[in-house]
Amino acid sequence: MSAIRLVNGRVIDPASGRDEIIDVVVNGGRITHWGREAHSVKATTRDVQGCWITPAFVDTCARLREPGQRAHGSIASETKAARNGGFLHLAVPPDTQPVVDSGATAQLICERARAAGYASVHVIGALTRGLEGKALSNMAGLKSAGCIGVGNARLSMASVETLLHCLEYAATLGLTVFFSPEEPSLAGGCAHDGFMAARLGLPGIPDIAETIALATQLLLVEQTGVRAHFGQLSCKGSVELIRIAKDKGLPVTADVAMHHLHLTDKAIDGFNSLAHVRPPLRSEKDREALREGVRNGIIDAICSDHQPLNAAAKLAPFPGTEPGMSTFETLLPLGLQLVRANVLPEHVLINALTIAPAQILGLQAGQVSVEGAGILVIDPRQRWTVEAETLLSEGKNTPFMGRVMEGSVVLALS
Amino acid sequence: MHFSSAHEASRLQLNSRGRLKHFLSTEGLSRELLTEILDRADGFLEADGGIRNVPLLAGRTVMNLFFEASTRTRTTFEVAAKRLGADVLNIDISKSSTSKGETLRDMLWNLEAMTADIFVVRHNHSGAAHFIASQVTPHIAVINAGDGRHAHPTQAMLDMLTIRRHAGAFGKLKVAIIGDIRHSRVARSEIHALQTLGAQEIRVIGPRTLLPKDFSQLGVHVFERLEEGLEDVDVAIALRIQNERMEAALIPGSEEFYALYGLTREKLKYAKPGAIVMHPGPINRGVEIESEVADGVQSLILQQVNYGIAARMAVLHMTMQGQADVKNGEAT
Repeated sequence: MSAIRLVNGRVIDPASGRDEIIDVVVNGGRITHWGREAHSVKATTRDVQGCWITPAFVDTCARLREPGQRAHGSIASETKAARNGGFLHLAVPPDTQPVVDSGATAQLICERARAAGYASVHVIGALTRGLEGKALSNMAGLKSAGCIGVGNARLSMASVETLLHCLEYAATLGLTVFFSPEEPSLAGGCAHDGFMAARLGLPGIPDIAETIALATQLLLVEQTGVRAHFGQLSCKGSVELIRIAKDKGLPVTADVAMHHLHLTDKAIDGFNSLAHVRPPLRSEKDREALREGVRNGIIDAICSDHQPLNAAAKLAPFPGTEPGMSTFETLLPLGLQLVRANVLPEHVLINALTIAPAQILGLQAGQVSVEGAGILVIDPRQRWTVEAETLLSEGKNTPFMGRVMEGSVVLALS
Repeated sequence: MHFSSAHEASRLQLNSRGRLKHFLSTEGLSRELLTEILDRADGFLEADGGIRNVPLLAGRTVMNLFFEASTRTRTTFEVAAKRLGADVLNIDISKSSTSKGETLRDMLWNLEAMTADIFVVRHNHSGAAHFIASQVTPHIAVINAGDGRHAHPTQAMLDMLTIRRHAGAFGKLKVAIIGDIRHSRVARSEIHALQTLGAQEIRVIGPRTLLPKDFSQLGVHVFERLEEGLEDVDVAIALRIQNERMEAALIPGSEEFYALYGLTREKLKYAKPGAIVMHPGPINRGVEIESEVADGVQSLILQQVNYGIAARMAVLHMTMQGQADVKNGEAT
């Protein structure tokens, strides 16, 4: 792409601590010239007064539904939606069909993403063969095929011993392990095990379903020394456990999905299946702890946990609906809403969407001066309405449907 | 922050004039509406306890859609509909044929084409009746005959009718519900109805394994010991215990449950003298209730069955009127 000169914009780059209004030239997905120098090169000029210039967003967890779940979306449709929402780098979990337990499947996903050309996709390989939780996957093969780490998605392990061996082996290969902690025997319900579920008569998933698994996994991380990332945390107890682990100096990071920073289990009132997600939306107390966790850095990143679903998947009595929310395109305005409400300072928000997830994934991205990182021009005040037609994702499953949002990506330069 | 804490689901059951057009839950309905259901049910009862035949729904078709087997509830709805002169179709649907939502919706639309006026729905998923009410075409009334653990509003109304006829004004009453509260749609619907009707105190009694999380937020008093919970109550309602609760490690067995929570003559002495005893049925003698109590003078278990027909007649008629309101409103 040819050079473009952005004038009067505010550059926010948490990686370098930079936050100033300055003219820049963007070329090759990065800022190449600053200030006076920006006017010494040949480039088309665009006035972006009032806009933010940030690194492109990096996502630690998004489902693109391909291969195998095309009824809900495709790599092309979902990466296009990702770009619309500001994400140019995506990590995808291995629970596709077939699962990503071979280098060939990993390469297929990356190639399709490249062909689509909207965002770069990075694959998390399966921790166990077939994600069955029993036998080690060919992790070295997955690594050489380009997988950025391994994980077992939200699927259970046969035993703690098996998990221990998996972590020892991953540590040997220097692979990061991605966890979505959940103890299956406590996770049979469909809503947070609190008053709302009790009132609606929905089977509950208690927060200990997450913390028991997380505590076990953290002890194994300590034992094996493997680098580990804990994604989509949903409760106060988890923030507490991550804090303790970080205080001990364990090589761990964590993220939370944007919708868990916004919604509580009140959102499922009226059996609203669009608010049916896993882990479930939890209590006010949990939401506050997650917000505080992001503010003080115990939680490193904010992810989309994008899960597009077709209409049929949500058209059933609540417990019979599929959990998941289409989130790429609402994430930025929801984040800006937290900034306006003084929940998060803007540099914390941008940090949690750029350099922090890039470091978790081991990517050269998330900072304005790295080639290929991608640059966003964000208009934080642009208003738009969430409608099925305005969302590029094939998944229209969002509880924010019909709401007026403030903030959108004006340009995504790569 | 995006949703009010008001009863989102409840609005669905009222038409623009605030009249009942579906009956999905007792939660969120006004005292006037609940009282009207009771008054109308009373009107269908003869002085000797028999039920009047009143052809208010002549020419109408009631479809019993039971996704979960229940002979008793289905039969009482059938009798109620026939007493009102309606045609009744019983449709038993295996769960497998509607495992996907769209299939369920397609099935509803097919049944509507057979000129149904009222769907009486039972389903093992909480929220199923609400879902169906949100999908049917506007002139069809949906009546919840039990959805998962959520609600069983006609059972609650027949219980309210029983209480009003035999224990008197709600404002002076202490009511205890005993047993498997956690899995009980009956308990939830009774609690909402009792609160709206102004019961003085509502108690739930059971071991912690059978009590829902944070239930005291609902405004009920939670007791883990039967003797304490029964102290001075006017109404004692025992709930049915399913065998699967033992398999799921929630209670050790029926004998120990009976020893701790069984409503026996001995335990009933803690309640007010002359307190009434109820049970939604079918009863497990020697598990939830002692035979002598179930058959005793304080027991109203058999009367409940008859009141159930009257209460269901009232609801069938009211929802049909509520739908007619909508239709006429649109026409003018």
